[in-house]
Amino acid sequence: MDELLGEFITETNEFLETVDTQLVVFEADPTDGDTLNSIFRLVHTIKGTCGFLGLPRLQFVAHAGETLLGKFRDGTLVATPDQVQLVLESIDRIKEILAELEATGSEPEGDDSALIGALELAAEGHPAPSAASAAAPAPTPEPVVAPPVVEAAPVSTTGLRWDADLGRELRPGEVSLAELEAAFLSATPDDEIDPVATSTAANEVAAPAAIEPAAPVPERRAAPEMRAIKDDDEDAAAKGGAVSSSQTIRVNVDVLETLMTMVSELVLTRNQLMQMVRNTTDSEFKGPLQRLSAVTAELQDSVMKTRMQPIGSAWKKLPRIVRDAARDLNKKIDLIMDGEATELDRQVLELIKDPLTHMIRNSCDHGLEGPAARVAAGKSEMGSIRLNAYHEGGHIVIEVSDDGAGLSTSRIRDKAIKNGLVSEELAWTMSDAQIHRFIFAPGFSTAAAVTSISGRGVGMDVVRTNIELIGGTIDLQSTEGRGTKFFIKIPLTLAIVSALVVGSRQQCFAIPQLSIVELVGAGSASEHKVEVLNSARVLRLRDRLLPLVDLSEVLGVPPRDPSTSESTSAFVVVMQHSGQLFGVVVDEVFDTEEIVVKPLSKALGDVGTFSGATILGDGSVIMIIDPGAVYRRVGQAEEVVEEALEAVQKKRGQLPETTSMIVFQAGGEQPKAVPLSLVTRLEELDATTFEQGDGRTLVQYRGELMPIVPADPYAPIATTGVQPVLVFTYNGLAAGLAVDKIVDIVDEALDIEMAADRAGLLGVAVLKGKATEVLDVSHYLSLALKNWDDPGVNKPAKHIVLVERNPFFRNLLSPLLRSAGYEVEAVDTVSAALLCAEYRKPSAVLTDIDVDVASARRLLSDDRLAGTSIVALSGSPDADATGFASLVRKSDRESLIAAVEHAANLEIAA
Amino acid sequence: MNALATRHESELALAKAGTKEFVTVHVADQLFGVEVIDIQDVFSLKGLTPVPGARPEIAGVLNLRGRIVTAIDARCRLGLPARPQGFAGMMAVGVEYQGEAYGILVDSVGEVLRLSDSDFEPNPVNLNPNWKDVSQGVYRLEGRLLMTLNIDHLLCVATA
Repeated sequence: MDELLGEFITETNEFLETVDTQLVVFEADPTDGDTLNSIFRLVHTIKGTCGFLGLPRLQFVAHAGETLLGKFRDGTLVATPDQVQLVLESIDRIKEILAELEATGSEPEGDDSALIGALELAAEGHPAPSAASAAAPAPTPEPVVAPPVVEAAPVSTTGLRWDADLGRELRPGEVSLAELEAAFLSATPDDEIDPVATSTAANEVAAPAAIEPAAPVPERRAAPEMRAIKDDDEDAAAKGGAVSSSQTIRVNVDVLETLMTMVSELVLTRNQLMQMVRNTTDSEFKGPLQRLSAVTAELQDSVMKTRMQPIGSAWKKLPRIVRDAARDLNKKIDLIMDGEATELDRQVLELIKDPLTHMIRNSCDHGLEGPAARVAAGKSEMGSIRLNAYHEGGHIVIEVSDDGAGLSTSRIRDKAIKNGLVSEELAWTMSDAQIHRFIFAPGFSTAAAVTSISGRGVGMDVVRTNIELIGGTIDLQSTEGRGTKFFIKIPLTLAIVSALVVGSRQQCFAIPQLSIVELVGAGSASEHKVEVLNSARVLRLRDRLLPLVDLSEVLGVPPRDPSTSESTSAFVVVMQHSGQLFGVVVDEVFDTEEIVVKPLSKALGDVGTFSGATILGDGSVIMIIDPGAVYRRVGQAEEVVEEALEAVQKKRGQLPETTSMIVFQAGGEQPKAVPLSLVTRLEELDATTFEQGDGRTLVQYRGELMPIVPADPYAPIATTGVQPVLVFTYNGLAAGLAVDKIVDIVDEALDIEMAADRAGLLGVAVLKGKATEVLDVSHYLSLALKNWDDPGVNKPAKHIVLVERNPFFRNLLSPLLRSAGYEVEAVDTVSAALLCAEYRKPSAVLTDIDVDVASARRLLSDDRLAGTSIVALSGSPDADATGFASLVRKSDRESLIAAVEHAANLEIAA
Repeated sequence: MNALATRHESELALAKAGTKEFVTVHVADQLFGVEVIDIQDVFSLKGLTPVPGARPEIAGVLNLRGRIVTAIDARCRLGLPARPQGFAGMMAVGVEYQGEAYGILVDSVGEVLRLSDSDFEPNPVNLNPNWKDVSQGVYRLEGRLLMTLNIDHLLCVATA
């Protein structure tokens, strides 16, 4: 592509962004002559350059737009929103053509006559139709190319035409308008426009043949560019005259990047020198080095500045977006921008543009209500979206707030539960702020309808991902009915980050400070202790459990010998990523340093654990840990555990049913367990309230006296402090089992591998890889409640036969049924059950159907059990239970009791 | 003066006749040659940071005058046994590949040789495939053979 053309495209794109913003400002206040003037000038420049470069389509569109703008400027027309829309449409058309031009190098074919016609019609003062509706009428025959343009307008405006117009204007407004115009004319000297106009005119005359006028091009560029950059100084300069053209130059971004790299290296070299000199007591280098250091610091600052751009340049498109959204949605929206001058690295700037645009659209669409709803809520019709940017400790904070309806906590909660992001129980214990954060979860959208603007459910998680990609964080604060405020915190630059240097297995690594929440000492002497739940390590931090992962695991270094791990000191770096908190165990913590991030070579691209490398002051290279990789590792650790469990179950041939067991310690480290279904409650009772009576320990519990027995006969019940107690209830009587510590609740297939020869013990099973004693609850109940299994105590019991081949379940279910008030005959075969029935007809029969469903069916057809309900028991909820009264899962205590009750009642009715 | 001029001319003539300049390096007991035009610099290894999880042939990263260089272990890449004493005291040949800096770790760096094309032979057919990938051929020197090393081929596997 022609170099001239390339420059033209870059330049024009910059102009157009400015025009977009200014037109919106102008629409809001059509009397703002200053804004109109600069819009006019920009469009005019585009037109002029197009003519010079031989781009007729662009030229004609720009010309027609300019004509209309000219009419606004000289006051013959007062801009209506429709007319502004028309100008915006022409700007959009110019953008389209430009995009094509950039891609192909030549102007695309196309017909703009409808748009031009509409613009001309509007310029003649007809009520403006939109371009779309103007497609039908034939374009007015007025010659478009003809030069009777309005360039000369400024001079003639002050004259007669004003009066004519003023005649129908209100008096007060008219005066200020004239003043404004006058002020404007004096403030912007003619030479600011005229050289452009004349040079363009000259170019138009010289037409495409002219190659020579290279000079006017940069000159033309200089003036508007100042506006594009928009600095306070520049505004002053513009008012002062056209002297400022030498104050800005266009520098290739690559040059700046190279400069930045060089300075980074200089900083590193300086650090190295400093370290060397620091080690010698008296050195002649000290003085010069001090100066070198100071100069380097200043140089670094200055170079950083060249990369800095005001955040306002990322916001330029927003007024137009808000305006269009407001029009589409029939809302009234005011966009307020604060802190536009806040500067940040241009690389970062590029990366936050899209997320910001997305969030603004969201605010327009979901955040703000329609005018009617707002009035009904007692707010003003005009909704406002506020953007605010400011610096805060090496970061830039961008706030996006609206005064709309706020987030609906209940809707988000429902949706989160429906999408399986959180369990229902957990959801109700979460704070509103925690619930609100679900909007950052993937695929989460509460919008009832998908609009052209937003609501496709790929919203905020993409925003969050993009922001986290550049090491930023996002949070929000919302009050229902009052509005929502998002906080985006991003680093000022990506080139230099603050990082914590840590050591793991004799090697140093850097962790970006931004992802670190806190640092916890977790050595053996520390109050925080690393605990292990089935090989998954957790840290108890204040009131929550933090999943832990060792940095060496993340790195794939073989784990440390577990026998030594207890004795060495360790630190836990608490990190946050994707809204998840987790801890990383490291051996040592050194220092925080400002590090220069260097990209990794392609050869290391497949490692994935590191986001880059850096050189420390001593010249050594260290790797920078990618927080995302650690986060993935934490997630994987969970999967590994699950996979291992599944593998074990597959090895056993089938998926055996699992039983929830509560695991605790009592009288020693050896874990003990009882089935969870037998336990009514877990209590922590104050040991000082325990009393003695009848040779037993008693406690007043819920208005009754409850006996407590120790789970381990040799471990005494505590007399001070808190005593954890498992509470069993039976027939309205409660008994407590005192234990030392409740460890875990596991859901595992239960295999009692060793039969017990001690009273009170069912046997030993492997739970979560550990040999665990499974206690016989009935033994303890009889210790606590001497006459517990005497069914005559409270009411006449119904007789139930339980057929179950597995002794564990037989022992598990019988106390359960007894505690529900039944007299249970537990047998292991169908024949035995039938034999029982011969002596006494049971109210109901429960039979296992997993082991031998064919023989279980014999119960159905046997005369001895005629009229008795037979309930099937299975480990699986979808076993074939045709013919049985009902099917119940063995582990489901509630429905088991309910089914038995139902079956027994049926018998009475019969 | 005259002699110098003659020598200079003869060198030129040689160059025209088709010669190449090689830096000789030793990897294990084998003599290799890397073309001078491929080499940015030669340095002795000081400080190497291993990169956990990287491929075995990547020895680590190091700092060369403020640039981070990825070090490739030539022994590993060529399927030769690792040095018993580790990387300490090794030499590195600095090269540029796809705009990135790499260092190839070798046991020692020898001299610069100008070799004539007439001494060049393509790889023998029975050569180990590992070596065939990275070498274009062999130069017959007096008393020993010099394997050429092609840097691009050596690194393309590492970065693939």
